[in-house]
Amino acid sequence: MSETAERSPGVQSAAPGGSPPGNNLLGTAKRGLTIFGQQREATVFIVVVALVIYFKAAAPAFATKDNLVNISQITAPVAIIAIGEVLLLVCGEIDLSVGFIFVLSPFVMHFLIDYYSVPVIPAVLVALLMGVAFGYINGFITVTLRVPSFIATLGTGFVILGIMQVTSHDEPVNIPAKAVSVGQWLGADAWSEIIWAVVLVAIFHVLLTRTRWGLHTVAVGGNMLGASEAGISVARIKMAAFMISGFMGALVGMQEAFRVSDIDPTSGGYGIMFSAVTAAVIGGTALTGGSGTIIGAFFGALLLAILSDGFNLLGISADPLPIITGVAILVAMIANVQLARLRRAGKT
Amino acid sequence: MTVEQPEPVATQFADDVLRVEHITKRFGAVTALTDVNLRLARSEVLGLIGDNGAGKSTLLKILCGFQQPDSGRIVLNGEEVSLKSVDQARALGIDAVYQDLALINELTVYHNMFLKREHVRWPLLNNKSMRRQAKQHLEDMGVGIPSVDVQVAKLSGGQRQAIAVARSVYSDAKILLLDEPLAAMGAKEAAMILDLVRDLKRRGDVSVIIIAHNYGQVLEVCDRVNLLQHGEITLDKYSADTSVVELTNLVVAEYRAALEARHRSA
Repeated sequence: MSETAERSPGVQSAAPGGSPPGNNLLGTAKRGLTIFGQQREATVFIVVVALVIYFKAAAPAFATKDNLVNISQITAPVAIIAIGEVLLLVCGEIDLSVGFIFVLSPFVMHFLIDYYSVPVIPAVLVALLMGVAFGYINGFITVTLRVPSFIATLGTGFVILGIMQVTSHDEPVNIPAKAVSVGQWLGADAWSEIIWAVVLVAIFHVLLTRTRWGLHTVAVGGNMLGASEAGISVARIKMAAFMISGFMGALVGMQEAFRVSDIDPTSGGYGIMFSAVTAAVIGGTALTGGSGTIIGAFFGALLLAILSDGFNLLGISADPLPIITGVAILVAMIANVQLARLRRAGKT
Repeated sequence: MTVEQPEPVATQFADDVLRVEHITKRFGAVTALTDVNLRLARSEVLGLIGDNGAGKSTLLKILCGFQQPDSGRIVLNGEEVSLKSVDQARALGIDAVYQDLALINELTVYHNMFLKREHVRWPLLNNKSMRRQAKQHLEDMGVGIPSVDVQVAKLSGGQRQAIAVARSVYSDAKILLLDEPLAAMGAKEAAMILDLVRDLKRRGDVSVIIIAHNYGQVLEVCDRVNLLQHGEITLDKYSADTSVVELTNLVVAEYRAALEARHRSA
């Protein structure tokens, strides 16, 4: 295009193609910085780095191994559940029930092992499958019966909570003795949860950004009618997202039970779910559908964890923490909406 | 040759790529299409005009497999086909460019160009190959956009339309259905789209049905015009044999008659 050719090389955008032979280091760095700045994850990443620098200077205990384990264990469950929520938010849906799948899942495992003598691995798999099944039900009610997912998963969430309370009599139980060794690599070992989180985040980030399925998920959220006119099965894409969300809820529920070596009927619920949605939003996922980043949500989860841990180390009361979280959500959303508006106007 | 209407329907049957025979479609109590017959010759550009609610979009949606008719048949290259889905119609070479364009604002131009036909180097998308081919193809078609890497949200209405058309042509569509491609276009952008259609005609391997409201533009670019009124085809003429005045008169005739009747009774 003549339009691009006329521009000076300094402001040329990072278009693919050969770079001029005399390309200096500064130009490369500049271009790298531009590409970095264009990533939606950039903002939250910078905030995380700034917080790390601050807390490391302000609190000597921050960079110790024990504290890093602590941060990783706060981050991981939120980050894993956020994978499912990001996928759902990208295609314009949400899962409010995932925190209750989280609570039910370790009970399912416990019932199977202790009451039905099922071996540990199959019991874990059935608990995961239970999560997928509830994800399928959420998807069915939303996609086929056309109830908005906000309401559909509000309903199923209560149902799942009730099932857990009836079957467990609302009493905490110990981890089945036979499951302890499996529990080590699933969640009880100091670093195991964060390893799971990083691996899953990496896998699903690639799936969302580099595969047909990911492209179709974004298409469904961006323009549902357009996507279906293009021949994409909107139902199948949404179903998959709900089922993945259910799976993640069941997985994290067991991991957390193993980590605290206790199956607790008061764990999970809306708390973990809203943390995951918050992480997703802070990380740059729009609630309007069509865009979202799983890595961003991971950094969002990390940011929330570092904040609460750092406050704790500095001896500051945790009372104002919700204010910070709330402001972070609002700033992230306002930035999201306004940047999108500017981008549409062609000003950035 | 007789001069009786509708005259062109009787001729050139052998070269028809598409024939619609006795199509009827109802939505509950509303009959959207009544016994519609329509034909499209090879490399022909057919204009489909009619007032709002006349059934144009319904007919288009049936032809591209998005909706199914209640009765009647669709004959493609001499063989009866049943179009059960968009995918199936597309596999048979029928592709539509909807009024809303079915473009995804959040995706880049090249991802939109290859939506549902992505190049894959398993398990990942082959972005490099899609980007290169999208660029090449848009250049071939004379569609000027700053870069295939921009989100389509940033493009103008005409550019978006051109990309939607290019996408269909590129996917080996032999019959292209354009639903109001000129709606809400400025003069310059409309000219660009009309040029694109003329180019397709010149290439000779694509037949086009255009739904439009601007009769001047329709007559300029179409070989033949069909008028749809209340779910029925009421006119079928070559563009050379009709005029903007005749088409306008036909469309407004019924309103005029109603108006006059009211005046008389008053």
